[in-house]
Amino acid sequence: MSHTVTIQDAIKRYGDFQALNGVNLTIRPGEFFTLLGPSGCGKTTLLRMIAGFNTVDGGEIRFDDKAINNLPAHKRDIGMVFQNYAIFPHLTVEENVAYGLKAKKVPKDEIKRRVKEALELVQIENLATRKPNELSGGQQQRVALARAFVIEPALLLMDEPLSNLDAKLRVQMRTIIKKLQRRLGITTIYVTHDQEEALAISDRIAVMQSGNIMQVGTPEQIYKKPENPFVAGFIGVSNFIDCQVSEKGVQLAPEYTIQPPLRRAYTGKALLSARPEQLFFGEKEGLAGEITLSVFLGDFVECEIKLHSGQTIQLNEYTKDVNEVRPDGQQVRVCLDPAKISLYEPDTGEVLSC
Amino acid sequence: MLKKRTRQPIRLDFWFWVRAAVVLVMLLFLIYPFFTLITRSFFSPDAEGFTLANYIRFFTKKYYYSTLGHSLFVSIAATVSTLLIGVPMAYLMTRYNIFGKKYIHILIIMCLMSPPFIGAYSWILLFGRAGLVTKMFAAIGLTTPTIYGKLGIILVFTFKLFPYVYLYTSGAMGSIDSSLEEAAENLGSSKLRRLFTVTLPVILPSIAAGAIMVFMTSLADFGTPMLIGEGYTVLPVLVYNEYMSEIGGNANLASALSVIVVACSMLVLLVQNRLVARKNYVMTAMRPPKEEQLHGAARFLASLPVWLVTFIGFLPQIVVVVSSFVKCDFTGFKNEFSIESYTTIARRLSTNIRNTFVFSSVAIVLIVLLGLLISYIIVRKRGVSGQLMDMLIMFPYVIPGAVLGISLIVAFNKPPLILTGTAFIMIIAFVVRKLPYTVRSGSAFLRQMDPSVEEASINLGVSPMKTFFTVTSRLMAPGILSGAILSWITCINELSSSVMLYGGKTSTISVAIYTEVVRNSYGTAAALATILTVSTVVSLLIFLRVSKGKVSVV
Repeated sequence: MSHTVTIQDAIKRYGDFQALNGVNLTIRPGEFFTLLGPSGCGKTTLLRMIAGFNTVDGGEIRFDDKAINNLPAHKRDIGMVFQNYAIFPHLTVEENVAYGLKAKKVPKDEIKRRVKEALELVQIENLATRKPNELSGGQQQRVALARAFVIEPALLLMDEPLSNLDAKLRVQMRTIIKKLQRRLGITTIYVTHDQEEALAISDRIAVMQSGNIMQVGTPEQIYKKPENPFVAGFIGVSNFIDCQVSEKGVQLAPEYTIQPPLRRAYTGKALLSARPEQLFFGEKEGLAGEITLSVFLGDFVECEIKLHSGQTIQLNEYTKDVNEVRPDGQQVRVCLDPAKISLYEPDTGEVLSC
Repeated sequence: MLKKRTRQPIRLDFWFWVRAAVVLVMLLFLIYPFFTLITRSFFSPDAEGFTLANYIRFFTKKYYYSTLGHSLFVSIAATVSTLLIGVPMAYLMTRYNIFGKKYIHILIIMCLMSPPFIGAYSWILLFGRAGLVTKMFAAIGLTTPTIYGKLGIILVFTFKLFPYVYLYTSGAMGSIDSSLEEAAENLGSSKLRRLFTVTLPVILPSIAAGAIMVFMTSLADFGTPMLIGEGYTVLPVLVYNEYMSEIGGNANLASALSVIVVACSMLVLLVQNRLVARKNYVMTAMRPPKEEQLHGAARFLASLPVWLVTFIGFLPQIVVVVSSFVKCDFTGFKNEFSIESYTTIARRLSTNIRNTFVFSSVAIVLIVLLGLLISYIIVRKRGVSGQLMDMLIMFPYVIPGAVLGISLIVAFNKPPLILTGTAFIMIIAFVVRKLPYTVRSGSAFLRQMDPSVEEASINLGVSPMKTFFTVTSRLMAPGILSGAILSWITCINELSSSVMLYGGKTSTISVAIYTEVVRNSYGTAAALATILTVSTVVSLLIFLRVSKGKVSVV
C-alpha cells in the first residue's frame, strides 16, 4: 500500500538561483524519513515538489515505478500537514477531517465512521463540532494530522508541523506523531530544521545544505559518524581542532598525538571533530589548557577550556562520574578517545576516520 | 553571453482559460475604447488624415485652454482647503475624547459616499438665486454672495471630499507608535513642536495620499461644476458640452479634450509615486497613541469644530430629504408639507428608478465574479497577466467618467459592435468604473490568507477549480462583499459616464436628477435624490456591519 519514493537527480531553479542541485534519495515503504537542514537548504522546496506544488525542473520523482513529475497535485494521493496547519476556518473539526473523504466520494456512513476513528486516534473526539477558531494551536495541529491520514494516503508529508507549538507541546506531539506513524505504517516524509526533533522522530534522516544532500543515515549514524564537517557541526555540538597526520598518528599539539584507525593512508593537515561528551580529563597525557568557565547543569558539568594553542573547546563531564565541580582557572589536560573522533580532509571534507 | 532561461510550458488548465478570458474582456472594454479615443483625437472632419488640429485648437483658443486653468485652480484650491479641514479633524478625532466620536466617524464616511452632485444641488437650494437662505436675507434687505461659479465649486468639493484627507490621516495617526512621540518629548520637545517635527512628517505620505485622492476626484468631477459652476467651465464639463454639441457628427475634439484630462491625472499620479511612495515609513504600532481625556469646557471646545464641519458636510443630505417633502412648483418651494414630489416621480420617472437598480444589480453580479477572479490572479498567480491586471484595474481611477463614456461611445457606435443607447453599454461603464473597489478589497483580503489552506484542499484530492469555488472564494467572501457594497453605492450614484451614455429608455435616477434640476423641477429632483441618499445610507450601514472596520472605504 505504501509507496517507495525515488528522487532521481531532482533539480529546482528559481530564475538564476538553483535551489536543488540534482538530489538523489530513496525512501522505503513505511519509513519515517526526515529532511533536515538550516533554512534555505531546499528541504521544503523538495517536499513541495513531491506534493506537486512546485514544478520539477530536472530529474524525476517516482512513486514506486511511476514517474509523477507531471501528475497534478490533487491526483497524487498524498496527505500533507502544513506548518501553519491550514485548517479550513469555515468548517468544523469534523468537516475538516471529512473534506478529503468527500472528495474521494467515500459513502456517507463510512465517512462518519472513519472521521470518528481518526479523531479518536489524535484524542480530540470531544472537539468534533467545534470551529477552528475555538481551538488551541496543539488542537489545530491534531486536526491537521487527522485530516491528512484519514484519507489513508500512500504517502504522508509534514512541513515543520511542530514549529509553531511551545516547547512542551512539541515534545508531546512528536511522540504522538511517531506512534501514529508506526501504527498506520504510511511512508512519511518530514521536514524540520530542529535537529533534536529529527533525531527523536526519524527512522532515517537526510541532512541537507544549499540544495545538496550532505548525509543520509539513521539518527545514530548521523550523530556518531558525521561524514563531513557540516553534518558534524550542524547536528549537536562539535569541537573542531586542526591537526597534522603523519606515520606516527594524528598530532593535535606538540605534546599530544593519538592513533585513530583511518580508512586510507593519509598524511598532511586534517580537521578533527569530537563531541563534548567524548572528551575527558587526563592525568599526564592530553592537550594542556585552563578551565575558563564551569557550568553546573544538573546531570553534567559543561567546562569551557582554553587550550594553550589559544583555541577554546567544550568538554562535558557527567556528574555521576565525578565528586566535585572543577574550579575555574584549574590547569587541566584534555584527552580524546581515538575510536570515537571523526577526522576530515580539510579542503574536500572527505571523512578519513573509520 | 545569452542567459539560459528555463521556460515553463504553458499549462492549459482552468486558470489559463480564466486569465485569457479576463484579459480579453479588459482588452475589449478598456484598452480598445481608450485607444480608439486616442486615435480619434488625431483626426478631424476639417482635415485629411492624421492631424494635430484638435490639440492646436485647444491650446490656442482661450475658450478652451482656460478650462484647463479652471480645472487646475478648483482642484488645487479644493486640495488645500480639504487639507486645512481634514488634518486638524483627524488630529482632534484620534487624540481627544470627542463627544459622539463613533457616530461622527460614520457621518463623515457618509459625506464622502453620498451621491456626488447632491452637495451642489443642496447648496443651490439654500444659497442659490431662489434659495431658502438667500430669500431670508433678502427679506431683511441683505444680499448674500453668489454661490455660483468657482467659489461654489470649491465649497462643495471641500465639504464633500475632506473625508479623504480625514480618513487617510486618522488611519496613519492611529498607527503611529506612541513611543516615537514620547521619545521626542523625552528629548525636550514641546507638544506643538513635537507635532510639527515628528508626528506630521512621519504621517506625511498618508496625508499626501489623501490629498491626491481629493485632487484627482475634483479634477474628474462633472456633476458639481455642471450644476453650480454656471459660466465657470471646467474640463470635464467642456468635454460634455463639446460632445453634446457635436452629436451626430464626430467626437474628435471631445476625444482630444479627454486625452488631455487623462494626461493631467496621470501626471499627478506619477508625481505622487515619485515624491511620496518612496518615503513610506511603514510602522507597526506596538503601542498605539492613547486618547487624551478632556473634561468640561475643554472637551466641548475640542468637539465643537468637529461637529460643525461634520454638520456642514452632512447638511446637503438633510436638505435634500426635507425638501423632498415640501410642496413645490416651477417658482420654487412652498411652505407646506406634501408627498406630491414622490407621486410625480412614481408616475413619470419609475423607469429611471427601475433602471438604476436593475443596471446596478446586473453590474454587481459581474463585478463580484470578475472581482473574485481578478483578485485571485493578482495575488496568487502574479506573472505577466497578474501585473497587467493590477495595472489595468487601477486605470479607471485615472479616467474620469465623462471620458470613459466618450471612449465607449467612439468604440462601440459603429459595426461590428453597436452598443450605444443600450442598457448593456451603461452596465459596461458601471463594471469598468466600479470594479476597482471590489478588486482592491478582495485582493487585500486574500493577501492576508495563507495559500496553504488552498494547497491543503488540492492535496486532499480536490481539483484547483473546485478548490477555488468551494474554499478560496468562500474565504474571500467578506472582502469581496465589502468591496461589492462600495461598488454598489458608487454604481447607483454614477452620473458622469451615464449622462454620456444614456438613451431614451436607459436613463437612471442620477441622470434624471440632473435633467430635472436643469429644468428647474426641484421637487422631483429632491425626491429622486432622497431615494439615492436613503439607499446609500442603508448600503453603507450594511457595509460597516460586514467589513467590521477591516476594509477602508478609501
